[in-house]
This record gives sequence, C-alpha cells and structure tokens, in this order.
Amino acid sequence: MFESISKGLENALSLFRGQGKLTETNVQLALRAVTQALLEADVNFTVAQEFTERVTEAAVGREVLKSLDPYQQFVGIVYHELVNLMGPVDHSLHLRRGELVVLMLCGLQGSGKTTTCGKLARMLQESQWRPMLVAADLQRPAAIDQLKIIGEQLGVPVYSEPAGAGAVKVCQNGVAAARQADNIDVVILDTAGRLHIDAELMQELEQIDLKISPQQILLVCDSMTGQDAVNSAKAFNEALELDGVILTKLDGDARGGAALSVKAVTGVPIKFIGVGEQLDKLEPFHPDRMAGRILGMGDVLTLVEKAQREFDAEQMALQQEKMMRGKFTLVDFRNTMGQIKKLGPLQQIMKMIPGMGKIAEVMGNSDIDPEEDLKQIEGIIDSMTPRERENPDLIDISRRRRIAEGSGTDPADINKLLKEFSQMSGMMQSMAGMSKLQQLRQIKQMADVGVFNPGADLKFQKNRSDRGPLDKRAEQEKKKKMRKEAKKQRKKNRR
Amino acid sequence: MGLFDKLKRGLQKTKDLLRTDVRDLFKAGEIVTDEKLQDFYARLIATDMGVEAANAIRDDLNEKHRGRTAVIDEIWGDVRAKLKALLKGEQDHLWDVNNPLSPLKLAPQGTTVILVAGVNGVGKTTSIAKLANLLKKNGKSVALAAGDTFRAAAVEQLTLWSQRLGCEIVTKPSGSDPAAVAYAGCMRALELKADVLIVDTAGRLQTQQNLMKQLAKIQRVISEKIPGAPHEVLLVLDATTGQNGVSQARHFSESVSCTGLILAKLDGTAKGGIVIAIRQQMNLPVKYIGVGEQIDDLELFDPDAFVDALFET
Ligand SMILES: Nc1nc2c(ncn2[C@@H]2O[C@H](COP(=O)(O)OP(=O)(O)OP(=O)(O)O)[C@@H](O)[C@H]2O)c(=O)[nH]1
Ligand SMILES: Nc1nc2c(ncn2[C@@H]2O[C@H](COP(=O)(O)OP(=O)(O)O)[C@@H](O)[C@H]2O)c(=O)[nH]1
Ligand SMILES: [Mg+2]
Ligand SMILES: [Mg+2]
Repeated sequence: MFESISKGLENALSLFRGQGKLTETNVQLALRAVTQALLEADVNFTVAQEFTERVTEAAVGREVLKSLDPYQQFVGIVYHELVNLMGPVDHSLHLRRGELVVLMLCGLQGSGKTTTCGKLARMLQESQWRPMLVAADLQRPAAIDQLKIIGEQLGVPVYSEPAGAGAVKVCQNGVAAARQADNIDVVILDTAGRLHIDAELMQELEQIDLKISPQQILLVCDSMTGQDAVNSAKAFNEALELDGVILTKLDGDARGGAALSVKAVTGVPIKFIGVGEQLDKLEPFHPDRMAGRILGMGDVLTLVEKAQREFDAEQMALQQEKMMRGKFTLVDFRNTMGQIKKLGPLQQIMKMIPGMGKIAEVMGNSDIDPEEDLKQIEGIIDSMTPRERENPDLIDISRRRRIAEGSGTDPADINKLLKEFSQMSGMMQSMAGMSKLQQLRQIKQMADVGVFNPGADLKFQKNRSDRGPLDKRAEQEKKKKMRKEAKKQRKKNRR
Repeated sequence: MGLFDKLKRGLQKTKDLLRTDVRDLFKAGEIVTDEKLQDFYARLIATDMGVEAANAIRDDLNEKHRGRTAVIDEIWGDVRAKLKALLKGEQDHLWDVNNPLSPLKLAPQGTTVILVAGVNGVGKTTSIAKLANLLKKNGKSVALAAGDTFRAAAVEQLTLWSQRLGCEIVTKPSGSDPAAVAYAGCMRALELKADVLIVDTAGRLQTQQNLMKQLAKIQRVISEKIPGAPHEVLLVLDATTGQNGVSQARHFSESVSCTGLILAKLDGTAKGGIVIAIRQQMNLPVKYIGVGEQIDDLELFDPDAFVDALFET
C-alpha cells in the first residue's frame, strides 16, 4: 500500500540522492518516472502529460538546477503542483438558513450515490439542518427500499412514489412536499445511475435540473475509476454544470488518480470523499492528502502538520517505546486512544504513517471501531481500579461484573476489550523490530527541515486555498454565473 | 444481436467523445515516427490496460515499424496479435461460441454452485440475474441465495430479480451471517435438486481483511455442504475500473481462488483493458461481459471481438 512508494518514481528520484545537483538528464528521467507513476495511479494520459509540463516549468522557473538539495526540491515541486491542481478546496454546499435548498446527486451506476445521499443527510443533521431524501431512482430494483432503509436509520424522511411516475415528476413532487412540510430545509435527490452516453437518461437529468434548478448538483465518482473518468465527468458536467464532485470508496487501496483527472478536465472542485460503507464515513476533501496518495508517498505532510498542531509527539513516542518494550498498559492504551481521537479516525491516521498501513489493516480486522467504541472503552477503563489497569490479569468474573456495572456495559464487553487489548499490545511488540519510534522521529525531523515543505511556500499556498483571496472568489463566482447563463442559452436553443 | 454489434452500437454513440479510430493514426505510405508511436501509446493507455502491457506493445511496434513506411494491415495485425496473445494467456481459453454455458465448469452430476464476489457496486447482483437467466434459457433449473445481508435492500433487490426470472431464492433477514445464507441455499438447492445455485455476496473492498475472511468462510461452508463446490468463483469487475483491478483480482483470488471474471458495464465508453493486465499477472480469464442493465445483457466473452472493440469508435 502506501509503504510502496511507486518503485519507478523512487528509483528515479534516488538518482538525485548524493548528487549535489540536478542535470538535464536526470530531470528528464525523473519526469518520465513521474508520468509513469501518475499513469499507474489512473491519472488520465493527457492530464499526466500536461502535469509534467507544468512541473518542468515550475522547476525551471525556480532554478532547481542550481539548488543544493535537488531531491527534496523536486519531490516538493511535484507534490506542490499536484496540490495546486486539485485545489482550491470548497467544502461548502452553499446552504442558506430560511431557504429550501435542493441538492442533486448524479453519476454512473454503482458509484455510491444512494449511500452518499445518506451520508450527506447525516452530515447536515449534525449541523442542525433538516434534510429530506427523494427516491428518484426508478431503474434499479429495490432502489427505493434502499433509500427508505437509509432514511429510517437516520430518522430522515424519504419521499417516494410507487413505480409508474417519471423521475422528473417524483423530484418535483418531492420538493413540493418538502415546501409544504415546513420542517425541511434541505432536499437531497437520489437519481438513478446512468451512462453518460445514454442520451435519454441524460436528458431526464437535464429536465430535473431545468424544472427544479437544484442549488448544488454533485457528481458521485468511484475512486477506482480508470482512464474513462474524464469522459463521464466531462459529459455530466456539460449536461448539468456540476457544482462539485464526491469521490467514493477511498477506504480501499486505489491510488485515486481520477481525482486529478476529473478536476483537471472539469474544473469542478472535489468537495467530499467517501471512506466506508457506513453513513458516517464522509470527509471533506483535502488536496494535499490526495496528492500524497496519488504519488504513493503516504500522507506524511498532513500527518506531520496535524501532529504539530494537536499532538504531543514526545508523549506518543514514549508510549511507542513502552509498547515495544511490552510495558504497554491499559492506561497507556486509554491515553493513546484519547490522543488519536483528536487526530481523526484511527485507521486513517495509521494508514498515513509510512509502514503503519499493516497495523491499520489488522486493526480493521478486529472489532474495534475507534470512534464508536472509544467512549465505551474509556468508560470501562475508568471503572477499573489502578491495580486492575496495571495488571488486567487480576480481572476475574466478579471484578468484571463490577466494572460492567460501573461503566454501564455488559461483562462480555469487558472481555472483548481485554482480548482486544492483549492482541493489540502483542501486535505492537511484534512490530518492535521495525522501530516505529525511529520512524516517528524521522517524520518529525523531516518536517522540521522541511522535506515536505520545499520552498517553504506550501503553507502559504495552503492558507490561500483554505480561505481564498476575496477577489479570486468573486472572480470564480462571476465565471460561474457566466457559465450558467451560457447553459441556459444552450438549453433555450435546444427547444 | 452478437456481442460485437452490441458493443459497436454502444460505442457508436460515443463518436463525439472519442477521437478517431486508431487505424487512422498511421497513414499508409507515411513514415512511422516517434510522435505517431506516442499518440498510439496514448490510445493504449486509454484502454486501462496499464503501463506494462502498453509498453510491451509499443516496444514491439518500435522494433518492427519505427522509421519505416507504414503498412497499415501489418501494424494493425501485429497489434492485434500481441493483444490477443496477452489476453489468451498460457492455456488458450476458447469457448464454444454456440454454447453460452461452455465457460462454466458444471458439476458432472448434482448441483453446481457458483459464488459471485467483487468490490462494491460493480454489478454482482445484476450479473447474477443475467447469469441465472442464461442458465434457465439453456434448460438449467436455478436457485439463488441472497448472501448480501449487509447493504440496505440488497435482499429485496435479488428477490425482485428472482421474481422476474421465476426462480427459487433463499433469504435470511438483513444482518444475518452470510455463510448461513449460503448454507441454507445449498440445503434448498439439494432438496430441489436444482442444477445450479448462485450465491450473491455483499460488495467488499479487497483490503478489508475481516470481510475477505468472511468471504472465505462462505466458500468453506459451501464446500463442506457440497463436495467440489463452489465449482465456479466469479469475480465481477466494473469495466470502468483502472489499475486497482489488479489488486482486486489478486486479493479476491487469494481469499477464494477465483475461476474467472465477469466484466460488467462494457456498454459505456470504458474499454475494460485492465483485464489484459489481470490475465497477464493472475492468469484469470474473462468469461462473460455485461452490456446493459437488463437480464439479456450478458454475453460470452470473445477475445477477438474484445480486441477489435478496444480501438473501435
Ligand atoms: N450500464 C450497465 N449497468 C450495469 C451493468 N451491470 C450492472 N449495472 C448497474 O450497476 C448498478 C450496480 O449493480 P449491482 O448489480 O447492484 O452491483 P453490486 O455489485 O451487486 O452492488 P453492491 O451489492 O451494492 O456492491 C446497478 O444500477 C445496475 O443496474 C452493465 O453491464 N451495464
Ligand atoms: N467501501 C466503500 N463502499 C461504498 C462507499 N460508498 C458507497 N459504497 C458501496 O458501494 C455500493 C454501491 O453504492 P450505492 O450507494 O448503492 O450506489 P449507487 O448505485 O450509485 O446509488 C454499495 O455496496 C455501497 O455500500 C465508500 O465510500 N466506501
Ligand atoms: Mg442508487
Ligand atoms: Mg449486490
């Protein structure tokens, strides 16, 4: 997975190591390797070519050839350009309080639309919006049932009509029902999957767009998509003037080059990523993480940045050391969990650390769901006596019952936790040979010397992409308006 | 309508999306230049066959044709020959075009079990419906087992298909152990003396080890109940899949020893070239292709037509 930095790229870049300077030849070699790495990550061929041209330009412009540390410079430029191309970020769905907003999801068959409808509804619920789902997939068998079940799980109303009505009508009626209901502020339309070359079904989408004018039209795209991603994204964008893209199934090992391709050919920002089948597995899109992933270089930069902000590396190192010496106790376990919680989902974090991907996999294997179980774990450990925490072997049936009572859990949960804990500490010990401590230190060191922050302007760049200068935002709005106008005109002409 | 026609019909619609036929790239009488070869390479990559296969073909052309006057039939012939060789692998899997069931290893007697697996949303359930339809049309009695007990309304989805097909289905409530569904499916199929039992499974990413183990358990339960089963373990692959397809084929094969592929959604503009890389690295043959959402949209895989369609516009 992430540990295997794409071999070609690694080899080519290693040419720079120990060579004081870049030469024209090894830059060319490295660029070829970069192209190859991008193609292996499913970046579209043309996009990859244009990308390397940009890198060349950027490299020459910045006089990399004279640089003292060419390896760092080069990796940095590639990374930086990737981040640039996939940004700027725009996580907003442009909702407004006191106004009924309609979101429409569309995409190819099986890309994850219905699930993502549920994920978005859940996310909106969390910030006190009151969403409603509309079942506009009348093609796939049991698609309506699927959305209804999801709605039920979330306690979100689902509007549907028995088979027979057209999808356009269902959407119209759904929006009307939401208006009437007066306890709904966001309507999410779940449309049927369709091929971008299916003229009839594409027209159906255009009709929905025309009749309802959803505020946001989002394309749901499978992150495992290969070279064809550009064709479908382009076609959907031409028909519908997309407002955003959601990239799904990034919980697997796909490198996700489609992200770069889709952004490059449509210019539409990627807003969110799906990282699991459960409805809470939706995250904002971060170009920097994606860049690391596409290059197969892990997500070191993000991790490091996060770590610097929220995380006491020393403490973590201490705990790592303990783990390795087998002195890892339940107290440490609890502390580690607490710290990790600040960073985000445990498995995601572990995957970000080069070499830790394996642990993340094993963790995925156990029944620990870091986020959901964390509260329970803390409760259980808190209900133990200090002696029990230091020496879990003491915990017999009666102690187990007491702890369960104290933490409002089941004695079986205590058992499960203890088993999981002993597995985890065993696993940590067996990783000892690999010296995670050194790895962590190294990451920190690298960050300090700026390996992943070459030219030191990445930070600046990031800030800009997070907030964006006002004039740029205005510029974009203006462009968008113009595109919308052009689209309306096109539609008029068609009729 | 044959596979080729169907594919062609689908691809016809994409004329405006794709550029010219690859054969227009090299003009008779013109010199085969580096630039032309590079353009051709772009076409190869566009099929998702991967860098390795594309490099092999380009190198071949480089050696034989670079700097010479283009002889279209020769170039084209070489490309096709190379691709077909890559696609056919060591044993030349050629089914009988007149017998749509010929790619399947059916049990000499008793019930044949087909286990269907794949990542999320690739087209497993629909392909099962199509395959059941094909089997029924060829005189086999079919039972289905709704082994996806995870995804919302997955059971309902397969149940609807079974009603349309008029075939037996075994279900358990959502959330049940999928191995238990497979077991019950075997029992029922034996009881009915059904010729074929097809077991659906929940979509899972190949990196989810616990879910891959669950899949292996399903297979184990089946083989304990019916010796020699499952006779076929078909991995469904979405034609739009890029290089991750290789990882899918590898991990699923490690877990349940796949016997072949169903390449779904070939009716779009994606070429499904990743099956070439999979054939090369895993020696897994494509058995069927999906060319639409209806039950009749399943075709026998034909390497010759497939290679032609790779470059057709
Ligand atoms: N165009 C086209 N669509 C297909 C094809 N096969 C399946 N689909 C569609 O793809 C979507 C997903 O198909 P399913 O059969 O539900 O896929 P699955 O692999 O069972 O999905 P999960 O169980 O959710 O993982 C549905 O909308 C199908 O109609 C095909 O060959 N061509
Ligand atoms: N692993 C994973 N699976 C996902 C994700 N999003 C959706 N899925 C699965 O992909 C399959 C298809 O999703 P669905 O929402 O039905 O797609 P639709 O046909 O586009 O509506 C289902 O099995 C989902 O559970 C994701 O982010 N990660
Ligand atoms: Mg759906
Ligand atoms: Mg299914």
